[in-house]
Amino acid sequence: MAIYGVALLSFCMFAGVFIGDLLGISLGVKANVGGVGFAMLLLILITERSTKNGTLSAKSQEGIAFWSSMYIPIVVAMTAKQNVVAAVKGGPLAILAGTVAVLVAFAFIPILSKLSVSSDKSADKGINQ
Amino acid sequence: MDIAAIITKIFVKNGLVMSFMVIGICVYISYFISDKFTNKRIHGSAIAIIFGLTLAYIGGSITGGKNGLADIKFLSGIGLMGGGMLRDFAIVSTAFGAKLEEIKKTGLAGILSLFIGVISSYIVGVVLAMMFGYKDVASLATIGAGAVTFIVGPVTGAALGASSEVVAISIAAGVVKSILVMVLTPFVAKSVGLTTPQAAMVYGGLMGTTSGTAAGLAATDPKLVPYGAMTATFYTGLGCLLCPSILFLATRAIL
Repeated sequence: MAIYGVALLSFCMFAGVFIGDLLGISLGVKANVGGVGFAMLLLILITERSTKNGTLSAKSQEGIAFWSSMYIPIVVAMTAKQNVVAAVKGGPLAILAGTVAVLVAFAFIPILSKLSVSSDKSADKGINQ
Repeated sequence: MDIAAIITKIFVKNGLVMSFMVIGICVYISYFISDKFTNKRIHGSAIAIIFGLTLAYIGGSITGGKNGLADIKFLSGIGLMGGGMLRDFAIVSTAFGAKLEEIKKTGLAGILSLFIGVISSYIVGVVLAMMFGYKDVASLATIGAGAVTFIVGPVTGAALGASSEVVAISIAAGVVKSILVMVLTPFVAKSVGLTTPQAAMVYGGLMGTTSGTAAGLAATDPKLVPYGAMTATFYTGLGCLLCPSILFLATRAIL
């Protein structure tokens, strides 16, 4: 049943956010550290195993797939509730700081992507040797 | 009979269901524009995101509130659909079908991208704040933290005791960043090589803003979303960890 997939999804989210909160508290940070990321890892681990051995039926998978397909509409709703007025009114310093930070980050993408490819290659070499 | 009042009441009462309809119409219009007027060259979701931001600006201007379109009473359900709970739920669901091997491959580059992303944004914010005449380290660090994300800015400002004016600037800087990531990503994706899961993870680590990354990747290639979102969710935490501590102390030592 679809609800099994949805229930699994919400279990993963709560478990992940819980880990993120614990990590935040133990690091003395006023924020959740990677909660959603842990939830995603957990979901990948559980679904990879359970689809292989058939515990997660096609119907249950549909429950997860539905929310995954609702992702873009939810993102659109999210954009519609942003404080765009404040961003525009934040003045030149806010606009410049935000813009330059993004441009610098974009410039780093090709450099770091290369690193992930080359570290990958060196790992392959290691195996060959 | 006040028809408008009746409709408003139904919309407020069933806010979430109403938002499915309203957002559905917005997405339909966006994909229609993408199809008929841009020959699909500009992705439908990229148009939908710009559309959403425009509506948020209109909503915010009319009401003077902080939540864009969701501050208009009969559209308040949009706040629920676009709020943190469903956003995180949907982001987690995108991990279904992602490959663990792809994530492992990125390993070092992903972690490095997180640190470079936080530190480079912080430096950009601090340098620009200095150019705008700010001299005390707490204000500089807060504005630098704002360039990291709009959550790290106020957290740092509160920890360092920055003025509310400076905190407001830091939040605005973070919001500008997040919006720019949403809008720019689909247009620059190809030229920076944002086409593989590895590049998406690096991108998530560099940009950090979860909402920006999530929307930007959705408009670029939905298959990349889980990889980018996964690293991005560590960014805010790392920023909250580094900005009020190591980065603040380093700034004070240098100046």
